[in-house]
Amino acid sequence: MPNVSMTVNGKAVSAEVEPRTLLVQFLREKLSLTGTHVGCDTSQCGACVVHVNGKSVKACTTLAVQHEGADVTTIEGLAQNGELHPMQEAFKEHHGLQCGFCTPGMVMSAIDLVKTHPNPDEKTIREGLEGNICRCTGYHNIVKAVKAAADNMGG
Amino acid sequence: MTSETGVGASVKRKEDKRFLTGKGRYLDDINRPGQAYGAFLRSPHAFAKIKSIDTAAASAAPGVVAIYTGADVAADGVGGLICGWAITSKDGEPHKAPAHPAIAVDTVRHVGDQVAFVIADTLAQAKDAAELIEVDYEEMTPVVDGAAAVAAGAPQVHDDVPGNLCYDWELGDQAAVDAAFASAAHVTTLDIYNNRLVPNAMEPRAAIGDYDSGNDEILLYTTSQNPHVARLVLSAFVGIAPEHKLRVIAPDVGGGFGSKIFIYAEETICAWAAKKLDRAVKWTAERSESFLSDAHGRDHHTTAELAMDANGKFLGLRVNTIANMGAYLSTFATSVPSYLYATLLAGQYTTPAIYANVKAVFTNTAPVDAYRGAGRPEATYVVERIVERAARDLGISPVELRKRNFIAPDAYPYETPVIMTYDSGNYPLNLDTALKLIDYDGFAARRAESESRGKKRGIGLSSFIEACGIAPSAAVGSLGAGVGLWESAQVRFNPTGGVTVFTGSHSHGQGHETTFAQLISEHLGVPIENVEVSHGDTGKVPFGMGTYGSRSLAVGGSAIMRAVDKIVEKGKKVAAHLMEASAEDIEHANGVFKVAGTDKQVTMAEVAFAAYVPHNYPPDLEPGMDETAFYDPTNFTFPAGTHIAEVEVDPDTGAVEVVDWAASDDFGNVINPMIVEGQIHGGVAQGIGQALLENAVYDPDTGQLLSGSYMDYTMPRADDLPSFKIETTNTPCPGNPLGVKGCGEAGAIAAPAALMNAITDAIGVEIDMPATREKVWRAAQSAQQAAE
Repeated sequence: MPNVSMTVNGKAVSAEVEPRTLLVQFLREKLSLTGTHVGCDTSQCGACVVHVNGKSVKACTTLAVQHEGADVTTIEGLAQNGELHPMQEAFKEHHGLQCGFCTPGMVMSAIDLVKTHPNPDEKTIREGLEGNICRCTGYHNIVKAVKAAADNMGG
Repeated sequence: MTSETGVGASVKRKEDKRFLTGKGRYLDDINRPGQAYGAFLRSPHAFAKIKSIDTAAASAAPGVVAIYTGADVAADGVGGLICGWAITSKDGEPHKAPAHPAIAVDTVRHVGDQVAFVIADTLAQAKDAAELIEVDYEEMTPVVDGAAAVAAGAPQVHDDVPGNLCYDWELGDQAAVDAAFASAAHVTTLDIYNNRLVPNAMEPRAAIGDYDSGNDEILLYTTSQNPHVARLVLSAFVGIAPEHKLRVIAPDVGGGFGSKIFIYAEETICAWAAKKLDRAVKWTAERSESFLSDAHGRDHHTTAELAMDANGKFLGLRVNTIANMGAYLSTFATSVPSYLYATLLAGQYTTPAIYANVKAVFTNTAPVDAYRGAGRPEATYVVERIVERAARDLGISPVELRKRNFIAPDAYPYETPVIMTYDSGNYPLNLDTALKLIDYDGFAARRAESESRGKKRGIGLSSFIEACGIAPSAAVGSLGAGVGLWESAQVRFNPTGGVTVFTGSHSHGQGHETTFAQLISEHLGVPIENVEVSHGDTGKVPFGMGTYGSRSLAVGGSAIMRAVDKIVEKGKKVAAHLMEASAEDIEHANGVFKVAGTDKQVTMAEVAFAAYVPHNYPPDLEPGMDETAFYDPTNFTFPAGTHIAEVEVDPDTGAVEVVDWAASDDFGNVINPMIVEGQIHGGVAQGIGQALLENAVYDPDTGQLLSGSYMDYTMPRADDLPSFKIETTNTPCPGNPLGVKGCGEAGAIAAPAALMNAITDAIGVEIDMPATREKVWRAAQSAQQAAE
């Protein structure tokens, strides 16, 4: 079995994997980083979004071995020294989550969205989150949270 | 006075931190030592005889631990899955309940029916081996549509259910309705289909069975909204293990919307197999499996007739519905198109005579059961579409026609002709509030502006009613329910003053950990950070009935208030002793016990400490501060309101844009407004999804589910929806100690009719849900041609 090494949430990690192992399986099963979720099997729902080299990626759509040497951030790596990331804080403040299952992917996508669009209007936010499905919130409060986070992140 | 963490405050959720940092513990995040993995082989055919199953090659595949078929399950005496609500047909016959084996024995009856379960050391090995199983099927012609299933000559889904008829049930006074129609000045008719939906909680269903041979105890983790009900059914009916040897844990659950109420084949098999193998067995649904095997929702064909006098006063309503049950009866399937549906056909109106006939039928499709609203969305959809059509027929404004027929705010308690007694409400106030929110008076100008751009604008109302907080056990028992529908709560003080609340309700997104903690903070003066809410583990919490039907606060919250009352009662005795007064002279408010008329007082924390360190303690009182209560509701609760949708349709493309949404809902008292608003948002989104996007479509010839993935089944996404304008009115519910009504389902109940009425208003033609671009385009074009 091939060996794959990468940096995840600032830590160097390395493991033997079956070649068919998806990045999301590597994170969940080899590293026990279960905050990255699997909500579908067609790369539609976005529950598995992580950052690879700073860009949002659906971790169910890519093999672990493709990311040799990559710098990966998951939802577990966002909070620093016990302080929530502004996007996490905004989701809490604006009730942008209910069951929480889509939330990690939604937060990771939203951070990338704000990076690309520092001052997004509602339409930009809604279109930017089109690849993440939430069944609970109706998106209303997610949109509010992302807008507020963008303001706080200095957009 | 409302404190920052008490009743009425939008307290930020206590549970959010773990969800936001990836520390939630959903089922697939849990692993047991030595765990094996299971994969189901599912039927590719809608209807077929199983002639043979050859597992030889699969059994020899790497890592395979065991392969079980229906014969193995039957040989072990594992019972079939049950339906827990008995419905009696109008001829007095009980509903037909054909066998529902956890793994099919000799016949598969829908695509996705379980055929074999493969257990291996890894999931990949289990899936690889499943592909090596050879099944010899003899295909038969399926039937998938409910109306087609009752037609003469239709394929018979079960040999022991003639005509595929599960039941032929009625409610209401048929003769009174006939008389009303005989005297009517006008009759409006309606023929509609309420489309089949797949609930699609974002966390797929999953289960882990584990076995402790030393104690002969099964531990089942399952994605359940009601773990105690799962334990009861698996023990008493399926025969997996006695209740005291079966512990069921529903950990963090990623949404339910009804679909995780039911006791499914997969969790049954995991629990059974774990004991058989003396090894933990985990199964997690892939989304494709969820589409095929989660209980679906809705799927009603309905014709309705509304009789009115010359002034548009409703005289009578006649409703005939064919409800598709799918291939087998899911756990509460029979109750949905009967007592959860026809009992709400009065809507918000004084219609004096109502008669409903419901035929529930079997087809070669996934079972259908409760989905957000469960029967009540179907009822509101019938009532609010026919009311709007009647308004058009009569040339009366839909606002005016509703107002002429509303039950008056001073008419409560109000007994409807379909066995409900509404307890409170103010329907005109909700309607007026919603009209104001959406600037109804300004609509004509907005429509003209749209027309100037070649667009068609429409506005549509839906004044919905629901019955929540299900429900008095004696009442539901008399209607056929196999269980009581009370709720449990335990309020336990620790010696140092912190509190754990154990609830039989289950949170899978509703925020109980916060709302229930607010009740303790408000009534016992405990800082909210010192309150923990524990739920979902039959090994920890008292037997409870779980969460569905917007019942958690009205029933589960009321149980907490009962336990709080007991804490206060005991606390008074302790406080009296500590202050050398009589218990009758002790007054309690917000966690402070005072001797009436003096400045002597002790706090709840001091009382709790004294109860656990009873050095100075009443001699006739038990130590400890830990009270359990059970609450059985006195009535359903009746949330109601008006939602108004405004749409803009592009007649050239059929695209419907939901440009505005206003909702005024009466949920009684509100504990956490932020959470309540979130529930409305989510419900409305699901209702818009049903009306505009979602459709579970089975091919009529092959019985294949054509919309069986997120590539084909259109889930509402962020760019499909508007932001919502929401207000709540608050007529306290007289039936429970909190005065609350329930808010979880309102949006999904109200929204479909509002949106479809708006689309009709825009294009001038009525269509069925979902209003896809193609359907809207065709309708808009035909309307335009007819006008030219």
